[in-house]
This record gives sequence, C-alpha cells and structure tokens, in this order.
Amino acid sequence: MTVITWILLVFLVICAAAVSFHKNILNSILIFMAYSLIMSVIWMMMESPDLAITEAAVGAGVTSLLFFVTLKKIQRISSEDEDEKETGE
Amino acid sequence: MSRKRPQEEYNSSLAYRFRRWMNGEKDPFVGTLEMKPPAPLEDPEQIYEPSDYEEIKKKSREYSCNERLKTYSKVYIAVSILICLLLIMILVYAVSYLPSVGGESNPTNNEVPERYITEGLQETGAVNIVTGVILNYRSFDTFGEVTVLFIATCCVMILIMVENEEKRKKLKLDDYGLEPLYDTVLRKVAKIVCPVIFLFGIYIILNGHLSPGGGFSGGAVIGAGLILYAASFGFKSTQRFFNEKIYVIVKVTALLMYGLIALYFFLTGANGLEHIFPLGVPGDILSGGIILPINICVGTEVACTIYAFYALFRRGGL
Repeated sequence: MTVITWILLVFLVICAAAVSFHKNILNSILIFMAYSLIMSVIWMMMESPDLAITEAAVGAGVTSLLFFVTLKKIQRISSEDEDEKETGE
Repeated sequence: MSRKRPQEEYNSSLAYRFRRWMNGEKDPFVGTLEMKPPAPLEDPEQIYEPSDYEEIKKKSREYSCNERLKTYSKVYIAVSILICLLLIMILVYAVSYLPSVGGESNPTNNEVPERYITEGLQETGAVNIVTGVILNYRSFDTFGEVTVLFIATCCVMILIMVENEEKRKKLKLDDYGLEPLYDTVLRKVAKIVCPVIFLFGIYIILNGHLSPGGGFSGGAVIGAGLILYAASFGFKSTQRFFNEKIYVIVKVTALLMYGLIALYFFLTGANGLEHIFPLGVPGDILSGGIILPINICVGTEVACTIYAFYALFRRGGL
C-alpha cells in the first residue's frame, strides 16, 4: 500500500459521506461521479484494468447521466429552467 | 365449444379463458392490473377556514409549537447515528477476519486459479486470462448477466415507453426545447470526440481477449458515445441509423447468437467448436475460439441497453 493509495482511500470515504450529507442533489451527483472516478483509479492500482474501464464508463459516465436526466424530468435541477419554460412556451 | 361439459361450466373454466386469450378475443389482464389513481382526498380546506389552514400548515413544522416533533427529531437523530455506528462496527469486525490480499495460505489459493493460470492459455486461447475465465470457463454466468440486461430494458420499456410518436408529442415528453440543441461548442466537440469514442469502444471489444477490457466495458463506452451523439445532435439524427426497429433486431439477435453459441458449446462438452471457431495463434486478433464472437454479442447488447435507458428516460421512446 503506497501513500497515494491511502490518500485515495481517504478521499473515497470522504466522498461517500459527502454524497449523503450534501443538501443540493445536483452537487451530490457530482460528488458521486468523483467517487466513481477515484474508485476506477483504485481498481487500476489493484491491477484490475478491466474493472477500471467499466467503472469509469458506467459509474462516472452513464449512471450520473441517468441521474441528471431524472432530475431534469422531476424539475429539481434548477429554478431557472422553469422560468425559461414559462417564457418560452 | 366443448362436447362433454355444459356450456356454462365450460365458460368459467381455465381452458375456455386460455382459448379466448389464444384467439386474441380478450386480454385477461386488461382492467385488473392497471393502477388506478387513488380517490381524491377530502379537501382539508373545507373543514377549516382557509386562513386557519394556512396558519396550521405554517406552525405544524415549528418546534416551539409542536413538542412531540421536537422529541421525535432528537430521538430520530440519536437512533440513526447509533444504528450507523453499530453497522460500521459489525462490518469492520467482519472485515478484520478476512485474509490478507495475495496471501499464500488464502482459501482462494486452491487448484482452480492454478489451473486457470497454467492451462488457461492453451484451453481458451486468450492472452487476457480474465476474459478467458469470464467468457469461456464461465460463459454460462455471463449469459445470465446478459439476460438480466435484456430483461431490465424490457421492464423499463414496459414502465415508461410511449409507443406512438404523436402521443409522445402530445404528452411533451421530449424536453429538448429547454436545451441548447444547436450549441456550437457541444456540436464541434462531439464531432471530433464521437468517432474516437466509438473506435475506442470497438477496439476494447475486439481486443477483449488480448488486452484489458471486453464486451461489458467496450459496450459501455460505445453506449456513452451514442448518448453524447444523441445529446449534441438530437434524436432525429440518431434515428437515422438506430431506430426502434433496428434496436429490436440488434438486441434480440445478439442475445440469440450468444445463446446459440453457449448452448452448442455446452452440449458438445466445450470441445465441439474448434472447427468453427479455431483457437488460433495466441496474440492474433482472430484467435481465442468463442471469445471474440461472444464479446461482440455482449458488447452490442450492453451498448443497446445503455442507449435505450437514456432514450427512454429522455423522451419515452427510442
């Protein structure tokens, strides 16, 4: 276990805790994305590059994207959108 | 319809209903399975005066007016912290009993990985042992995973798909009006990056038996590229090459191909495919027996699933 691995593991725990403690859902998703990125680096350090590629593509990319789309659908992403909708239509 | 039983008795039997269902006369689930909206609650404003109601609503969440809420929230926080700490303690206690990583006397260090490492290359023809294990020794497990993906997409389609294009327009599911669809930066970047992403995904899939990667990771990368393309150029441009018809054909064909290969593979005792898919020289692209075709099947399946999730979430259809 090198120093960098320890730093990354500490970041991982901090990110995991911060996801649930943050008030803004959008920021929670961004932190969750960072969690997945750190996890993929850790997979790489544990010599499993197969998992690292999948984690980077699915965890950091697609899952967060689906969260964003869902937030947009239930109109929680920002209050400016609603104003635009009212004026635009 | 029946010769032995009277008509009334036959009408209530299972066979009669099954026969009607077969002929398409009646769907037994119509009217029984759909969720009905709950009966509208009695309007509380009619019981109180509207001004009183507003006042109650304002004060019901205030701690100074609601003693029970105050104690409840305090107890709630204390108990949740306690349960959390207890859970962490149990998990850490369990983890401390795990053997160290890579230890010589670990229980995983038995004859199975030894066989994979020493004879995996000769038996599967894959330089990347991980893919060899996943797609050759344990291809039945992977078949189950791909089936799970297939079923997951089917469930999402049942839940949120709107079949008719006109109906979709009426429901305003397509919320693209709020987005910078003709955003120049996004379009230029997507134009440069998308082909690279697709090429990288195809490379990962085709090189699954030589280098890290394989069907799942490559499919996820291609799916992400498809999402980027759809987000920057709109669904009209993706529908030119990937509409609902093509989606169904590709997805079902990939699953069936995998099923047929795996079935033949197992029926012949994992030995019968050598003349169709030769093991070849380890290190070549066209080697590894069934791994390459199965990788392609899994890759298309995963890419379709990821893109379908995005499209269904976005506009209720592909």
